Amino acid sequence: MKKMLEISNLCKTFNAGTINEVMSLRNVSLTIEEGSFVCVLGTNGSGKSTLLNAVAGTFLTDSGSIVLKGKDITRRPEYQRASQIGRVFQNPFSGTAPGMSIAENLALAARRGRKRGLGWGLPVQVLSELRNRVKVLNMGLEERLETPIGKLSGGQRQALTLLISSWIKPDLLLLDEHTAALDPKTASKVIELTEKIIKKDNLTTLMVTHSMQQAVNLGDRIIMMHQGQIKYDFKGEEKKRLKVPDLLALFDELRRKEQIDNAVAELLLNEYV
Amino acid sequence: MTLLIGSITIGLVLSLLALGIFISFRIFDFPDITAEGSFTFGAAITASLIVAGVNPVTATAMAFAGGLMAGAATGLIHTRFKINPLLSGILVMTALYSVNLHVMGKSNVPLLSQLTLFTWAENFSVSVSGKDAVTNIIGWSVPVKDLWILLFCLIMIVAFSLLLLWFFRTNIGTAMRATGDNDQMIRALGVNTNVMIVFGVALSNGFIALAGSMLAQFQGFADVQMGIGMMVWGLASVIIGEALINEKKLGLLIAGAVIGAVLFRLLVAIALRWGMNPNDLKLITAAFVFLALVLPGIMNKTKKIKLISQ
Repeated sequence: MKKMLEISNLCKTFNAGTINEVMSLRNVSLTIEEGSFVCVLGTNGSGKSTLLNAVAGTFLTDSGSIVLKGKDITRRPEYQRASQIGRVFQNPFSGTAPGMSIAENLALAARRGRKRGLGWGLPVQVLSELRNRVKVLNMGLEERLETPIGKLSGGQRQALTLLISSWIKPDLLLLDEHTAALDPKTASKVIELTEKIIKKDNLTTLMVTHSMQQAVNLGDRIIMMHQGQIKYDFKGEEKKRLKVPDLLALFDELRRKEQIDNAVAELLLNEYV
Repeated sequence: MTLLIGSITIGLVLSLLALGIFISFRIFDFPDITAEGSFTFGAAITASLIVAGVNPVTATAMAFAGGLMAGAATGLIHTRFKINPLLSGILVMTALYSVNLHVMGKSNVPLLSQLTLFTWAENFSVSVSGKDAVTNIIGWSVPVKDLWILLFCLIMIVAFSLLLLWFFRTNIGTAMRATGDNDQMIRALGVNTNVMIVFGVALSNGFIALAGSMLAQFQGFADVQMGIGMMVWGLASVIIGEALINEKKLGLLIAGAVIGAVLFRLLVAIALRWGMNPNDLKLITAAFVFLALVLPGIMNKTKKIKLISQ
């Protein structure tokens, strides 16, 4: 298997040197093979979203390196990485431009990471392709291509964001809890669509999720993060056997360990200081 | 009637200002006060060049270029050095005051005896219908040359509006609109939003400087004070246009800005005719924009209260 993403010894500290200092990533290393679909689980503040944003380039990391399809992108700005990366955000309003029509939003996606010159923004061949691709969503949106996206529901916008992020096949698809803000019914619809799109192009995917059920059902690998580190990594047969209760048990274990850590620290403090 | 035609002509000239404000305020959501400086900058460049004997077309084009540079300076200060948009604009506007004095050499440059774009329109009128020709519009006698000047302005504004509409529908123009609409989204699609902002603010100020240049040529002088209050003036025009159009379509919004500018100028002319003190003009303009910004919110609230009470 070819390696698609190689993260090594990635560190990121926010608000360094202040009272609010948070070490969000501590020496995170992770290699993802081409075509692999990885789910990232973790408690709040475990650094799972930070990891995703570090790969996307929302901020630059303190140390370590990120190599995507053989290209070192560690120091590249967000907009330059976009030619290789497709993204869907947690907030359904983040991935689309509300004041512009569905057609215009998708036409923007059709030039992801490419030069944008004085060519017509809505060329005829894109328009005809657009209708077919929107039809796949099964939401009746192909009849409303001129509607501003701001008028659509969160679920519809998230579905369109999926289409936008994968219009040109990305080397890596980043999904950041993209169903967390949706109602359960819409969420399952969007997940169904996510699977369809990933399968169709065999996309390499990194998905952060809160739902253990999603992690169990989807993908071929589960990573569990805690306190800025990767604690567990399940692949292949091991991942297939994994069920929700197993994951819950692991979370419990992590929590207990954390409590013991704190208790020991307090004990030592009382004993020696 | 002459007054009416004059007002419409000035309104058309100032619609370039409204288009500039529309770009910065509405497309980019960038409160850009550079306008006050770049308006005068455009007038100053054109006036000094025309006095120096440069062809009026070149002098007008140079004003546009000057506006582009002023806007780019504001954009760069904001994006490179992370200074708040309003403060970036204030810095450039303040600096431009000195620059304008240097460009003009004094605080007022008269253009009355000079060859301007409008003298060309006038000469054209003389060659077509003779000197001092007068025509009759619903019982009023109107100098033909005023009508030619009006037509000349109208053609120019329509051309610029169409150019702007075309530009905002190209790939780069669409990316610019997306930058103002949702910068996170368009960055994730590979667009350097900082470049877009610099470019957009430059374009906006290019249009504003063009308005200053045209106004100086129309009224026959450039003055270092002529930019004061222009930003609010432009904003008032844009707001009137939006109220009239009440649609989100780009072409209609651009047309709305132009119509709003003409209408606002007419309103002002009527108010002055009725005996409004010219000194109160800026106060009333500011109050008008304030109301236009606040009223929609209040109306929504009362609507909600009505709905609840029902």
